Amino acid sequence: MKWKIWAAAAVATTFAVPSAQAEVKQLTIGFISTLSGGAAIIGKHQVNGFKLGLEHQGWMKDGDKLGGVPTKVMYGDDQFKPDVGRRVVDKWIKSDRVDIVAGNIWSHVLMAMSRPVLRAKRILLSTNAGASPLAGKNCSPYFISTSWQNDQTPEAMGQLMSNEGLKSVYLMAPNYQAGKDMLSGFRRYYKGGKVAGQSLFKVGETDYQADISKVKAAKPQAVFIFAPGGMGIAFMKQWAASGAGKDIKLYTLFTVDWLTLPAIKDAALGTFHTAYWAPDSTNPTNQKFVKDYVAQFGHMPSYFASQAYDAPGLIAAGLKKVGKTLTNADMLPLAKAMRRVEYASVRGPYKYNVNGMPIQNFYKRAVVAGPDGKPTIKTVGTVFTNHKDSYWTKCPKSRRF
Amino acid sequence: MAQLIAETILNGVQAGVFLFLIAAGLTLVFGIMNMVNLAHGSLFMMGAYFAAFFFREIPGFSESIGMPVGPALGFLIAIILALPLSLLLGIALEFLTLRTLYQRDHLDQVLATFGFILFFNQFVLVVFGAESQTYQLPESIDFPFPLFGFSYPFYRLIVIVAGLLVALGLYLVISRTRVGMLIRAGASRREMVGALGVNITLLFTIVFGIGAALAGLAGILIGPIESVQSGMGESKLILAFVVIVIGGIGSIRGAFIAALVVGLVEVCGRVFMKDLLGLMLPDEFAQTAGPALSSMIIYILMAGVLFFKPEGLFPARTG
Repeated sequence: MKWKIWAAAAVATTFAVPSAQAEVKQLTIGFISTLSGGAAIIGKHQVNGFKLGLEHQGWMKDGDKLGGVPTKVMYGDDQFKPDVGRRVVDKWIKSDRVDIVAGNIWSHVLMAMSRPVLRAKRILLSTNAGASPLAGKNCSPYFISTSWQNDQTPEAMGQLMSNEGLKSVYLMAPNYQAGKDMLSGFRRYYKGGKVAGQSLFKVGETDYQADISKVKAAKPQAVFIFAPGGMGIAFMKQWAASGAGKDIKLYTLFTVDWLTLPAIKDAALGTFHTAYWAPDSTNPTNQKFVKDYVAQFGHMPSYFASQAYDAPGLIAAGLKKVGKTLTNADMLPLAKAMRRVEYASVRGPYKYNVNGMPIQNFYKRAVVAGPDGKPTIKTVGTVFTNHKDSYWTKCPKSRRF
Repeated sequence: MAQLIAETILNGVQAGVFLFLIAAGLTLVFGIMNMVNLAHGSLFMMGAYFAAFFFREIPGFSESIGMPVGPALGFLIAIILALPLSLLLGIALEFLTLRTLYQRDHLDQVLATFGFILFFNQFVLVVFGAESQTYQLPESIDFPFPLFGFSYPFYRLIVIVAGLLVALGLYLVISRTRVGMLIRAGASRREMVGALGVNITLLFTIVFGIGAALAGLAGILIGPIESVQSGMGESKLILAFVVIVIGGIGSIRGAFIAALVVGLVEVCGRVFMKDLLGLMLPDEFAQTAGPALSSMIIYILMAGVLFFKPEGLFPARTG
């Protein structure tokens, strides 16, 4: 029986070590994304953006300093599955001592991995998903986002379509939580017109001809669609082929971007969308980001890349402020610093809300023919200035920062 | 309203004809070789990737040999080259691996062919990259075609015609030729065909190759209107299984009719289910129940058919 006591003692010492440390010897960042399967392209854009961000902060390899602190970076694949994402993160926290879990694409994966990260007092930095529970009742001072709360972008779309005086709109979204959230975010700000109809198609749908026929019969002034990834590529091509675009304006959300535009090509011309980021913005950080990204990877950065690019800048700025006194045991000082620091973001300066979600501008973007005749994305107006998400009031006071 | 109904029926027929291309090969392989081939969806995907690859490479290649071709001709050549490649891929797959699985039970076949799904999905990521591939329709066939007061994408009309021609061709081959006779015989009395001295191994390779080519053709045709990406075959595979179960495993005629029924039911469900429910039930309930029910409807149909005709509508195997 003696060995059991020894084993217990050994385990106890192992766990005791981190809290005994006085300051951070090495910071470890785990970057999780989808790197295999049909969605791997998104993960690729995210990792590209993140790597470029690290490079611009002067970090090239493990052991280099990020914001003055030696840093190690690991990458993980969630395979688009919540259970896999959770497993990766569990291992990172228990055996690799990861201090910051960054990255992430999907809301459901984010929710699955949020508990182990936040409970272990590590920082959870989302570079895409902004699930409403994390903005509202399950908010945490350890959470921060370089992207948006899910509802913000469709809210901007609702506002935009009201501003433009569109009297009847047909809504389309995949039949799952994020799809319904997008529509409710839209409806929250769409005023002064009526919803002419609504199609909830199944997730991963590839043939939209049936829905397009229905849209044509409903004769709305405009269509609003949320169809990320391959769904959007298929829809845009079929929409163009149907000829419905002659009478009906098309407004898209997370559908047309530099990720999908190379595949959609001319079929996206003449459509509009809203976004927090203007790829053609003249802000110097953004110009440098876009220029170096294109030079290094040979394609235009998508919003996935820009959000991930911002993460190292934000972490480095926080570390510069509190890196000297930070301990690996508790990341709270760093998390708090990151919410208050100014750093060079691709979108220009912005502030954080008490739930870790950005308070930021949203722009109207249009797909137009560029100088070379190929479609390009142009920012044509501002819809919201310093827009707060709709859930922060539900965040308990004790957990606000 | 009349226009919506007409358009919906046309959409249903198009979806059905397209499903038939995938289901035909699946039902032959399942019915004649008693082989559950989950990799059928991967063959569909590879067809699309082959066509996308040729479409991308042809302009450069044709210029380098001094005979530049336009987009329309390039598109046609890409299709013509991709089709035999799909056939060859199918034959190679059968010859190298699946051949050893015929004698095993279905679980082994499912495991092995599921492995192929994973293999092909990752294969295209490694070889072609994670980006969605495209091959654009030439403008000469990419326009809304005026049709009895409404317009319909011309390319989809081509898909309908192509699918019907394939169905007709298969029907003629199976009912009028010697190979077709063997295929029919193989579907209903496999052992007897072997006992009569027919080279069953060769027959199986031919059948598998035809199935692969049809799946590839479906992929080639769908590429221009959908997103060519890793994993695009899986959702089609599920529908194809529904079709062959309803139609009766091993029966081409059953697959054709079931594919049309499934296509029509699915499309009509998507378009009309919510409004139909709205006539009887409160509106907000119809809003949520409509989409849910319309995505279930073909499975309900399948359950119904299986309840009354467990062998499917046109059972090929009689003994």
